[in-house]
Amino acid sequence: MATFIFYLFAVTSVLGAVMCILSRSPVVSAMWLMSTMFSLAAIYVLLNAQLIGVLQVLVYVGAILVLFLFVVMLLNLGHAATDLRGPAATTAAVVISGLLVIELIALWRYTPGRLAAEIAQAPQMARQLETAFPGGALAQQAAETHGVVGAVAAPMFQTYLVPFEITSVLLLTALVGAVVLAKRRI
Amino acid sequence: METVQFLGPSLALSAILFTLGVAGVLIRRNAIVLFMCVELMLNAVNLAFVALAQLHGVSGYIMVFFVMTVAAAEAAVGLAIILAIFRHRQTVDLQNINLLRG
Repeated sequence: MATFIFYLFAVTSVLGAVMCILSRSPVVSAMWLMSTMFSLAAIYVLLNAQLIGVLQVLVYVGAILVLFLFVVMLLNLGHAATDLRGPAATTAAVVISGLLVIELIALWRYTPGRLAAEIAQAPQMARQLETAFPGGALAQQAAETHGVVGAVAAPMFQTYLVPFEITSVLLLTALVGAVVLAKRRI
Repeated sequence: METVQFLGPSLALSAILFTLGVAGVLIRRNAIVLFMCVELMLNAVNLAFVALAQLHGVSGYIMVFFVMTVAAAEAAVGLAIILAIFRHRQTVDLQNINLLRG
């Protein structure tokens, strides 16, 4: 049953992405992108990342896509005939993305066993990985004792405290930058 | 309960979505749709992080947080730039925005 639901949402997300890049109107593109993002939220829940699923809906659909729609509304673009590039660029795009998907699909072959075999040949790397990534079973255990949010919150405010604080500086910079760029006269 | 589920299919889906985002960037000329395709690529990367977090622990989820933050900042600044360009040139068609082409 879970497998069926996974593939259902996988097909929906790919369909949404294809329609997003082929739709003529930016608003229609944004709507298809929204369906992709909702499907991905469902897939996150299936992958036991309920918190990320909720954040996906709140941040991506609730904030970022609404921002896109606001800008489309502000610009009042009218009805352009089509903004697809010419046949030469399309051919180049098909070739490049074909090569890229062949390369990336090799990720399919990633398995825990293969990773373990590769680490076994490089003990130095094994020690580094041990400190960088505490095992998945540990995460499962943390989620069971601290709850879904607590398991993410503890490392975020301990191990990753400095990157977290830097993130706030990044957001402040983006805020100031957006105001400076978009305002007519400061 | 099984710890790791759908690892291979998730990574393959992530690859397909990323490639569709790249294709979108290559074939569209509308700057707003281009930004949407970039968001699509970021989403694909998030999916790979979440799928691998099942194996390697919570760090993957925290990376997804940071990617989402960067995506939000990028969308805000990028769309502000598009607004500024539109005010000067009355278009968001990238073929007409070639001041830096040389």
